[in-house]
Amino acid sequence: MITRWLLRRLARSVDDRLRTAPVVRRVLAAVFPDHWSFMLGEIALYSFVVLVLTGVFLTLFFAPSTADTVYTGAYAPLDGARTSAAYASTVRLSFDIRAGLLMRQSHHWAALLFVGAIVLHLLRIFFTGAFRRPREMNWLIGVTMLALALFNGFTGYSIPDDLLSGTGLRILYSVTQSIPLVGEWLVFLAAGGEFPTDEMVPRMFVSHVLLVPAVLAALIAIHLGILIRQKHSQFPGPGRTENNVVGSLFWPSYTVRTLALFAWVLAVTFALGGLAQINPVWIYGPFDPAQATSPAQPDWYVAWGDGALRLFPAVEFRIFGQLVPSPFLPGVVFGGLTFAGLYLWPFLDRRHGRDRLAHQLLDPPRAHPARLGFGVAVLALFAVLLAAAADDVIATILRVPVLDVLAILRVLALALPVPAGVTAYLVARALRANGGRGVGDLTRADVRSAGRLVCVGSPVGGAPTGIGTPEGTAEPVDADRVELWRDRTGLWRWRYRGASVSLTANRAYPSRAEAERAARTAYGDLSVWEVAPPGGRPGAPAAVAARAGRAAGRVGGYLALAAVAFWRARRDRRR
Amino acid sequence: MTGRDAPDRRERPASAIAAAAFGVSVLGAAGFAAVYAAGGQTQLEGLTLAVAFAGIAFGLSVWARRLLPTGGYVEEHEPFDSRPTDLRLAAEALTGPESPVRRRGLLTMLALALGALGGAALFPLRSLLPFDRVRPVHALRTTPWAAGVRLVRADGTPVRPADVPDGSVLTVFPEGHRDRGDVPAFAVRLDPARFTVPPSGGEVAGVVVHSLLCTHAGCPVALYLQGTARVLCPCHQSTFDLLAGARPIAGPASRALPGLPITVDADGYLVATGDFTAPPGAGFWSLK
Ligand code: HEM
Ligand code: FES
Repeated sequence: MITRWLLRRLARSVDDRLRTAPVVRRVLAAVFPDHWSFMLGEIALYSFVVLVLTGVFLTLFFAPSTADTVYTGAYAPLDGARTSAAYASTVRLSFDIRAGLLMRQSHHWAALLFVGAIVLHLLRIFFTGAFRRPREMNWLIGVTMLALALFNGFTGYSIPDDLLSGTGLRILYSVTQSIPLVGEWLVFLAAGGEFPTDEMVPRMFVSHVLLVPAVLAALIAIHLGILIRQKHSQFPGPGRTENNVVGSLFWPSYTVRTLALFAWVLAVTFALGGLAQINPVWIYGPFDPAQATSPAQPDWYVAWGDGALRLFPAVEFRIFGQLVPSPFLPGVVFGGLTFAGLYLWPFLDRRHGRDRLAHQLLDPPRAHPARLGFGVAVLALFAVLLAAAADDVIATILRVPVLDVLAILRVLALALPVPAGVTAYLVARALRANGGRGVGDLTRADVRSAGRLVCVGSPVGGAPTGIGTPEGTAEPVDADRVELWRDRTGLWRWRYRGASVSLTANRAYPSRAEAERAARTAYGDLSVWEVAPPGGRPGAPAAVAARAGRAAGRVGGYLALAAVAFWRARRDRRR
Repeated sequence: MTGRDAPDRRERPASAIAAAAFGVSVLGAAGFAAVYAAGGQTQLEGLTLAVAFAGIAFGLSVWARRLLPTGGYVEEHEPFDSRPTDLRLAAEALTGPESPVRRRGLLTMLALALGALGGAALFPLRSLLPFDRVRPVHALRTTPWAAGVRLVRADGTPVRPADVPDGSVLTVFPEGHRDRGDVPAFAVRLDPARFTVPPSGGEVAGVVVHSLLCTHAGCPVALYLQGTARVLCPCHQSTFDLLAGARPIAGPASRALPGLPITVDADGYLVATGDFTAPPGAGFWSLK
């Protein structure tokens, strides 16, 4: 009771000042498509939040300096050892600051999860063609965020100034130094001198905790702003067109679902952070330019670069008598090509498919064999590179000489991608030709979620009422149509009725004209029928939604909504 | 049908489950606080916190799946092509009579000014490499090794040829420059009769000294394979044959490990007679 009253008071007083009601109404009713793959981006978002939360804690104790210090504390093997302040403070965070190790390890796990979710999210966008017009902008922002995430992961990994990360840093230094003409100056400016310098840790620290996270936060905001404006794309299915979005309501269904996902991300990162050791820098020891750890593996998201460095043959050559060192091709050129390819993809794809139209409906991956084949080939290459980064570990496990492992991986890197891509291409073509769903069909889950829509007549977990017979209207319809009616409160509502699904419009409208305009936008070519209010529907979901909404209000989801609403309000006023 | 006043039979258990999950979350949070207060223990801290969040997560998931509608709604998505009048009016507003874009001359000068400012703003970037430091090319080409500089161990003690062990390598530094990045070298005892290529830095009683830094990307080549007299880099497995002038024989490195020319001083300790025979570590553009 009280919460409801408070919420209404709050909404009213905000509305008095910002006139938010029309916008809030629209935003709360926004429809989000139901498909598991749409959660990947959310996982990345929530991992970023976890990174900021745990990172702020670490920042309060971490000393970003290589000044000589003596570590004294609970970790006996290093008690009294002279190390850099950065290393000593990391050991202190791990042993002497209560909950410090939990935060450190959770931060590191969240970083792995963050990049993992971004990569899977990118693959989803790639294989379903979600990057096509009008969403190229968000693809470019996404690729930028991936690059920044990789870079921030690398700087974070390097600032504790331990032996393992110091080795990685030295490799990155050498790769940068290998750039023709400008490499030497570039790397001396970045590091403040010849490796190792005292400036490296403080500079990486500022970049790690301030510059890159700030840019990331800004890009995330733009990414989501564009998403809200453009709305989600959706997989094809009954009742779905290029001019609508089919799915669940943002409020309350998606609000509760996404908060659940946030809590899952927190649960998983803290479970890993508490139970699974990661980056035990006290075992590696402090950085020393004359020592190296073996085996030495970087975090997985930079391992493809390390793998490329390992696999690429020793090719060094001279231009005008100047040296182009061997890390240049696998390090700089390969990495540059990877990101150039990612940035250019929407435009290459558009040119290849001669497709400049705006798309709201996604391609099932197999609908586009060339894209699928190319993507699979590239993935195969990266899989070999990842394996190559662990060639010494593989050799130890299999008890074979590491150079043999290397030789085999070199062959695989050349021989695997093309057959893998061609196979994917042929399978996709076969599936497309016979219209079947089967091997390699990545959208099976989509079928399931389409199947779920059948339950529309009983949204509260009731038994499905059967295909094509939404509750209250028994007679089947023979042609798809839009039904329009005036409900008991005098508001206008509409719904789509097809052979297998019935979809209710997300909002009520004060006038018939407005309702009809919305319906005609969503289903331009269908006939619109004015009908008597269907019994029971849609009042029931509204009642359920209202009740659940009231309850969810207690969770505080309103704050998030208010932010979105505010954004929309500003946009609407600008128009 | 579920209505305001007649909760569904299936709804009761669902909300009971969600409520119980939130209750578990309370226990997890309390557990975390208790573990922390009792002195802290990483595994238990993680576990209790995870339980607290998992309780909320599970409760909300049940709530979303069982108490809230899934699917079944449609929202219109208006196409993004604006009406032609809107487009025309926007274009007119942008390029109308008072629009700055009509002032060609002014714009050119403004662009020039901004460009000049942008160029000038790049200059402070040079401060990133402090002016009292050595310029890149010189720094990369030279090291503190020079004629008469003693070879010392990590603890600073000088080395006699007889101190170099059989069967392993000894990491050495120029006296007084232990922490520089480009100086580490290793001394190793080999049988001069087995040399296929004479060592670039020469040998003193079978002792040969080379830069420790891999010529691929600068990692210390830490692994010595005694039988074949090879060293292996742990980073990308470049292998160097010490009997053949430390030439790379496998992996991505393509230049030999530079040698350190050595001799013995009056007290019988190893000293350098000059800098490395080539710049140590990873290659660079102006490496000769
Ligand atoms: C883009 C997101 C971020 C990524 C990918 C990331 C990644 C990492 C990684 C991999 C480490 C090494 C941890 C270890 O020692 O195991 C690290 C350390 C650290 N991070 Fe982050 N981080 C991110 C954002 C942040 C933010 C926003 C802050 C602070 C506001 C922060 C503060 C720190 C600090 C102080 C350390 C060093 C302390 C230590 O290692 O114990 N990070 N980060
Ligand atoms: S640094 Fe030695 S092989 Fe790459």
